[in-house]
Amino acid sequence: MTIGLGHYLAVAAILFTLGIFGIFLNRKNVIIILMSIELILLAVNINLVAFSSHLNDIVGQIYALIVLTVAAAEAAIGLAILVVFYRNKGSIAVEDINIMKG
Amino acid sequence: MIITALFFYLFAGVCVASAFMVIAARNPVHSVLFLILAFVNAAGLFVMMGAEFLAMILVIVYVGAVAVLFLFVVMMLDVDFASLKTGMLQYLPVGALVGGIFLAELLLVVGAWTIAPGAPHAITAPIPPIAHIHNTEAIGLVLYTKYVYYFEAAGMILLVAMVGAIVLTLQHRVRVRRQSIAEQVARNKATAIELRPVRPGQGWGGPSS
Repeated sequence: MTIGLGHYLAVAAILFTLGIFGIFLNRKNVIIILMSIELILLAVNINLVAFSSHLNDIVGQIYALIVLTVAAAEAAIGLAILVVFYRNKGSIAVEDINIMKG
Repeated sequence: MIITALFFYLFAGVCVASAFMVIAARNPVHSVLFLILAFVNAAGLFVMMGAEFLAMILVIVYVGAVAVLFLFVVMMLDVDFASLKTGMLQYLPVGALVGGIFLAELLLVVGAWTIAPGAPHAITAPIPPIAHIHNTEAIGLVLYTKYVYYFEAAGMILLVAMVGAIVLTLQHRVRVRRQSIAEQVARNKATAIELRPVRPGQGWGGPSS
Protein backbone atom coordinates (compact mmCIF):
# COMPACT_ATOMS: atom_id res chain seq x y z
CA MET A 1 0.00 0.00 0.00
CA THR A 2 3.09 2.23 0.01
CA ILE A 3 2.83 5.08 -2.46
CA GLY A 4 6.08 5.19 -4.39
CA LEU A 5 7.55 6.91 -7.37
CA GLY A 6 5.77 4.60 -9.80
CA HIS A 7 2.34 5.74 -8.67
CA TYR A 8 3.13 9.38 -9.39
CA LEU A 9 4.69 8.51 -12.72
CA ALA A 10 1.54 6.58 -13.65
CA VAL A 11 -0.65 9.58 -12.81
CA ALA A 12 1.62 11.83 -14.88
CA ALA A 13 1.50 9.38 -17.79
CA ILE A 14 -2.31 9.28 -17.69
CA LEU A 15 -2.50 13.09 -17.57
CA PHE A 16 -0.07 13.40 -20.48
CA THR A 17 -2.10 10.94 -22.54
CA LEU A 18 -5.31 12.78 -21.72
CA GLY A 19 -3.70 15.98 -22.98
CA ILE A 20 -2.70 14.39 -26.26
CA PHE A 21 -6.12 12.75 -26.56
CA GLY A 22 -7.72 16.16 -26.00
CA ILE A 23 -5.76 17.68 -28.88
CA PHE A 24 -7.04 14.94 -31.17
CA LEU A 25 -10.58 15.05 -29.86
CA ASN A 26 -11.09 18.83 -30.03
CA ARG A 27 -9.33 19.55 -33.28
CA LYS A 28 -11.58 22.49 -34.08
CA ASN A 29 -11.47 24.39 -30.82
CA VAL A 30 -8.24 26.28 -30.15
CA ILE A 31 -9.16 27.07 -26.55
CA ILE A 32 -9.50 23.39 -25.60
CA ILE A 33 -6.23 22.67 -27.43
CA LEU A 34 -4.49 25.30 -25.27
CA MET A 35 -6.01 23.72 -22.17
CA SER A 36 -4.73 20.31 -23.31
CA ILE A 37 -1.24 21.78 -23.63
CA GLU A 38 -1.58 23.05 -20.06
CA LEU A 39 -2.49 19.51 -18.98
CA ILE A 40 0.58 18.12 -20.74
CA LEU A 41 2.82 20.65 -19.01
CA LEU A 42 1.21 19.77 -15.68
CA ALA A 43 2.05 16.10 -16.28
CA VAL A 44 5.65 17.07 -17.01
CA ASN A 45 5.76 19.05 -13.77
CA ILE A 46 4.43 16.10 -11.77
CA ASN A 47 7.18 13.95 -13.30
CA LEU A 48 9.86 16.49 -12.40
CA VAL A 49 8.69 16.90 -8.83
CA ALA A 50 8.27 13.14 -8.37
CA PHE A 51 11.86 12.48 -9.42
CA SER A 52 13.08 15.42 -7.36
CA SER A 53 11.36 13.99 -4.31
CA HIS A 54 12.53 10.46 -4.97
CA LEU A 55 16.18 11.27 -5.69
CA ASN A 56 16.30 13.89 -2.93
CA ASP A 57 17.53 16.54 -5.35
CA ILE A 58 15.94 19.98 -5.27
CA VAL A 59 16.99 20.98 -8.79
CA GLY A 60 13.97 19.15 -10.18
CA GLN A 61 11.66 21.50 -8.32
CA ILE A 62 13.56 24.51 -9.66
CA TYR A 63 13.22 23.15 -13.17
CA ALA A 64 9.50 22.65 -12.54
CA LEU A 65 9.33 26.31 -11.52
CA ILE A 66 10.90 27.36 -14.84
CA VAL A 67 8.47 25.12 -16.74
CA LEU A 68 5.61 26.75 -14.84
CA THR A 69 6.84 30.19 -15.90
CA VAL A 70 7.09 29.20 -19.53
CA ALA A 71 3.62 27.63 -19.38
CA ALA A 72 2.11 30.82 -18.01
CA ALA A 73 3.85 32.93 -20.68
CA GLU A 74 2.69 30.53 -23.39
CA ALA A 75 -0.92 30.70 -22.18
CA ALA A 76 -0.87 34.49 -22.15
CA ILE A 77 0.62 34.80 -25.64
CA GLY A 78 -1.62 32.06 -27.04
CA LEU A 79 -4.77 33.64 -25.72
CA ALA A 80 -3.68 37.08 -26.98
CA ILE A 81 -3.14 35.64 -30.45
CA LEU A 82 -6.53 33.96 -30.18
CA VAL A 83 -8.26 37.23 -29.29
CA VAL A 84 -6.57 39.07 -32.20
CA PHE A 85 -7.48 36.27 -34.58
CA TYR A 86 -11.10 36.33 -33.45
CA ARG A 87 -11.18 40.10 -33.90
CA ASN A 88 -9.94 39.78 -37.48
CA LYS A 89 -11.82 36.70 -38.67
CA GLY A 90 -14.78 36.35 -36.32
CA SER A 91 -14.06 32.69 -35.72
CA ILE A 92 -11.64 30.53 -33.77
CA ALA A 93 -12.11 27.28 -35.68
CA VAL A 94 -8.80 25.69 -36.55
CA GLU A 95 -9.81 25.00 -40.14
CA ASP A 96 -10.32 28.74 -40.70
CA ILE A 97 -6.67 29.41 -39.84
CA ASN A 98 -5.43 29.03 -43.40
CA ILE A 99 -4.62 32.54 -44.56
CA MET A 100 -1.03 31.68 -45.36
CA LYS A 101 -2.03 28.49 -47.23
CA GLY A 102 0.82 26.63 -45.63
CA MET B 1 0.53 5.00 5.84
CA ILE B 2 -3.01 4.01 4.90
CA ILE B 3 -4.02 7.68 5.17
CA THR B 4 -1.26 8.62 2.73
CA ALA B 5 -2.44 6.05 0.22
CA LEU B 6 -6.04 7.18 0.65
CA PHE B 7 -5.17 10.81 -0.01
CA PHE B 8 -3.00 9.87 -2.97
CA TYR B 9 -5.81 7.96 -4.60
CA LEU B 10 -8.25 10.76 -3.83
CA PHE B 11 -6.05 13.46 -5.38
CA ALA B 12 -4.97 11.31 -8.32
CA GLY B 13 -8.47 10.07 -9.06
CA VAL B 14 -10.07 13.52 -8.98
CA CYS B 15 -7.17 14.95 -10.99
CA VAL B 16 -7.47 12.36 -13.76
CA ALA B 17 -11.27 12.49 -13.80
CA SER B 18 -11.35 16.28 -14.06
CA ALA B 19 -8.60 16.21 -16.72
CA PHE B 20 -10.86 13.88 -18.70
CA MET B 21 -13.78 16.25 -18.23
CA VAL B 22 -11.62 19.14 -19.50
CA ILE B 23 -11.39 17.52 -22.91
CA ALA B 24 -14.86 15.96 -22.88
CA ALA B 25 -17.10 18.75 -21.57
CA ARG B 26 -19.51 20.32 -24.02
CA ASN B 27 -19.27 23.81 -22.58
CA PRO B 28 -15.80 25.43 -22.60
CA VAL B 29 -16.63 27.25 -19.35
CA HIS B 30 -17.08 23.86 -17.72
CA SER B 31 -13.75 22.83 -19.25
CA VAL B 32 -12.01 25.76 -17.58
CA LEU B 33 -13.63 24.98 -14.23
CA PHE B 34 -12.55 21.33 -14.48
CA LEU B 35 -9.06 22.55 -15.40
CA ILE B 36 -9.03 24.51 -12.13
CA LEU B 37 -10.09 21.36 -10.25
CA ALA B 38 -7.34 19.33 -11.92
CA PHE B 39 -4.72 21.92 -10.97
CA VAL B 40 -5.86 22.10 -7.35
CA ASN B 41 -5.65 18.33 -7.03
CA ALA B 42 -2.23 18.31 -8.68
CA ALA B 43 -1.21 20.85 -6.03
CA GLY B 44 -2.38 18.31 -3.46
CA LEU B 45 -0.15 15.71 -5.08
CA PHE B 46 2.75 18.17 -4.94
CA VAL B 47 2.19 18.67 -1.21
CA MET B 48 2.24 14.91 -0.73
CA MET B 49 5.59 14.78 -2.55
CA GLY B 50 7.03 17.41 -0.23
CA ALA B 51 7.05 20.31 -2.69
CA GLU B 52 4.87 22.73 -0.75
CA PHE B 53 6.21 25.87 -2.40
CA LEU B 54 5.52 24.57 -5.89
CA ALA B 55 2.05 23.49 -4.80
CA MET B 56 1.20 26.99 -3.62
CA ILE B 57 2.76 28.51 -6.75
CA LEU B 58 0.65 26.14 -8.84
CA VAL B 59 -2.50 27.30 -7.09
CA ILE B 60 -1.59 30.98 -7.39
CA VAL B 61 -0.27 30.97 -10.96
CA TYR B 62 -2.63 28.49 -12.56
CA VAL B 63 -5.85 28.87 -10.63
CA GLY B 64 -5.39 32.56 -9.93
CA ALA B 65 -3.98 33.73 -13.23
CA VAL B 66 -4.00 31.29 -16.13
CA ALA B 67 -7.40 29.71 -15.53
CA VAL B 68 -9.02 33.09 -14.97
CA LEU B 69 -7.40 34.29 -18.20
CA PHE B 70 -8.93 31.31 -19.99
CA LEU B 71 -12.27 32.06 -18.37
CA PHE B 72 -12.16 35.67 -19.53
CA VAL B 73 -11.30 34.70 -23.10
CA VAL B 74 -13.97 31.99 -23.24
CA MET B 75 -16.61 34.35 -21.94
CA MET B 76 -15.60 37.37 -24.02
CA LEU B 77 -15.43 35.65 -27.38
CA ASP B 78 -18.89 35.23 -28.83
CA VAL B 79 -18.24 31.89 -30.49
CA ASP B 80 -20.75 29.22 -31.39
CA PHE B 81 -19.07 26.43 -29.46
CA ALA B 82 -21.70 23.88 -30.45
CA SER B 83 -20.57 24.03 -34.08
CA LEU B 84 -16.98 23.50 -32.99
CA LYS B 85 -18.07 20.26 -31.33
CA THR B 86 -19.38 18.74 -34.55
CA GLY B 87 -17.17 16.04 -35.97
CA MET B 88 -15.79 15.23 -32.56
CA LEU B 89 -16.76 11.59 -32.92
CA GLN B 90 -15.06 11.54 -36.29
CA TYR B 91 -11.69 12.13 -34.64
CA LEU B 92 -12.42 9.78 -31.74
CA PRO B 93 -11.00 6.54 -33.23
CA VAL B 94 -7.65 7.94 -34.32
CA GLY B 95 -7.34 9.90 -31.10
CA ALA B 96 -8.14 6.86 -29.01
CA LEU B 97 -5.68 4.80 -31.04
CA VAL B 98 -2.81 7.25 -30.63
CA GLY B 99 -3.65 7.93 -27.00
CA GLY B 100 -3.99 4.24 -26.15
CA ILE B 101 -0.68 3.32 -27.78
CA PHE B 102 1.01 6.24 -26.07
CA LEU B 103 -0.40 5.35 -22.66
CA ALA B 104 0.56 1.68 -23.05
CA GLU B 105 4.11 2.66 -23.96
CA LEU B 106 4.39 5.10 -21.06
CA LEU B 107 3.06 2.57 -18.57
CA LEU B 108 5.45 -0.06 -19.92
CA VAL B 109 8.30 2.39 -19.36
CA VAL B 110 7.06 3.19 -15.85
CA GLY B 111 6.65 -0.49 -15.02
CA ALA B 112 10.03 -1.74 -16.19
CA TRP B 113 12.50 0.97 -15.44
CA THR B 114 15.21 1.26 -12.82
CA ILE B 115 17.23 4.21 -11.66
CA ALA B 116 20.82 4.07 -12.80
CA PRO B 117 23.12 3.07 -9.93
CA GLY B 118 25.21 6.20 -10.30
CA ALA B 119 22.23 8.59 -10.25
CA PRO B 120 21.73 8.87 -6.47
CA HIS B 121 25.39 9.84 -6.09
CA ALA B 122 25.25 12.44 -8.87
CA ILE B 123 22.69 14.76 -7.31
CA THR B 124 23.75 18.38 -7.39
CA ALA B 125 21.70 20.00 -4.62
CA PRO B 126 20.34 17.57 -2.02
CA ILE B 127 17.16 18.50 -0.23
CA PRO B 128 18.04 19.37 3.39
CA PRO B 129 15.99 17.67 6.11
CA ILE B 130 12.64 19.36 6.57
CA ALA B 131 13.25 19.82 10.30
CA HIS B 132 16.15 22.19 9.63
CA ILE B 133 15.22 24.07 6.47
CA HIS B 134 11.72 24.08 5.06
CA ASN B 135 10.94 23.70 1.40
CA THR B 136 10.58 27.37 0.44
CA GLU B 137 13.89 28.31 2.01
CA ALA B 138 15.64 25.33 0.45
CA ILE B 139 14.42 26.35 -3.02
CA GLY B 140 15.46 29.94 -2.41
CA LEU B 141 18.92 28.92 -1.25
CA VAL B 142 19.54 27.16 -4.56
CA LEU B 143 17.45 29.27 -6.93
CA TYR B 144 18.96 32.63 -6.03
CA THR B 145 22.55 31.45 -5.94
CA LYS B 146 23.33 28.64 -8.32
CA TYR B 147 20.45 29.10 -10.75
CA VAL B 148 20.09 32.86 -10.63
CA TYR B 149 20.61 33.21 -14.39
CA TYR B 150 17.75 30.80 -15.05
CA PHE B 151 15.65 32.81 -12.63
CA GLU B 152 16.44 36.03 -14.50
CA ALA B 153 15.80 34.34 -17.84
CA ALA B 154 12.37 33.31 -16.52
CA GLY B 155 11.75 36.93 -15.60
CA MET B 156 12.74 38.05 -19.10
CA ILE B 157 10.40 35.46 -20.62
CA LEU B 158 7.54 36.78 -18.52
CA LEU B 159 8.39 40.36 -19.51
CA VAL B 160 8.44 39.47 -23.20
CA ALA B 161 5.16 37.59 -22.82
CA MET B 162 3.56 40.55 -21.08
CA VAL B 163 4.75 43.08 -23.65
CA GLY B 164 3.75 40.75 -26.48
CA ALA B 165 0.26 40.19 -25.13
CA ILE B 166 -0.27 43.93 -24.64
CA VAL B 167 1.05 44.82 -28.10
CA LEU B 168 -1.07 42.13 -29.72
CA THR B 169 -4.35 43.07 -28.12
CA LEU B 170 -3.96 46.86 -27.88
CA GLN B 171 -6.16 48.61 -30.38
CA HIS B 172 -6.12 52.34 -30.97
CA ARG B 173 -9.62 53.60 -31.64
CA VAL B 174 -9.63 56.70 -33.85
CA ARG B 175 -12.98 58.25 -33.02
CA VAL B 176 -12.66 58.11 -29.27
CA ARG B 177 -11.92 61.44 -27.55
CA ARG B 178 -9.05 60.91 -25.16
CA GLN B 179 -7.84 62.89 -22.22
CA SER B 180 -4.58 64.72 -22.96
CA ILE B 181 -2.95 65.01 -19.61
CA ALA B 182 0.07 66.95 -20.91
CA GLU B 183 -2.19 69.62 -22.35
CA GLN B 184 -4.15 69.89 -19.12
CA VAL B 185 -1.02 70.17 -17.03
CA ALA B 186 0.49 72.78 -19.37
CA ARG B 187 -2.51 75.11 -18.94
CA ASN B 188 -1.80 78.25 -16.98
CA LYS B 189 -3.50 81.58 -16.39
CA ALA B 190 -2.08 83.18 -19.53
CA THR B 191 -3.39 80.52 -21.92
CA ALA B 192 -6.63 79.66 -20.15
CA ILE B 193 -8.12 83.16 -19.64
CA GLU B 194 -8.77 85.59 -22.45
CA LEU B 195 -9.79 89.19 -21.78
CA ARG B 196 -11.86 90.99 -24.41
CA PRO B 197 -13.00 94.59 -24.30
CA VAL B 198 -16.81 94.78 -24.46
CA ARG B 199 -18.53 98.06 -25.26
CA PRO B 200 -21.51 98.93 -23.06
CA GLY B 201 -24.90 98.14 -24.55
CA GLN B 202 -23.55 96.12 -27.46
CA GLY B 203 -22.06 93.01 -26.02
CA TRP B 204 -19.69 90.71 -27.77
CA GLY B 205 -21.13 88.65 -30.53
CA GLY B 206 -18.98 85.63 -30.02
CA PRO B 207 -15.97 84.34 -31.88
CA SER B 208 -17.80 83.93 -35.22
CA SER B 209 -18.84 87.56 -35.65
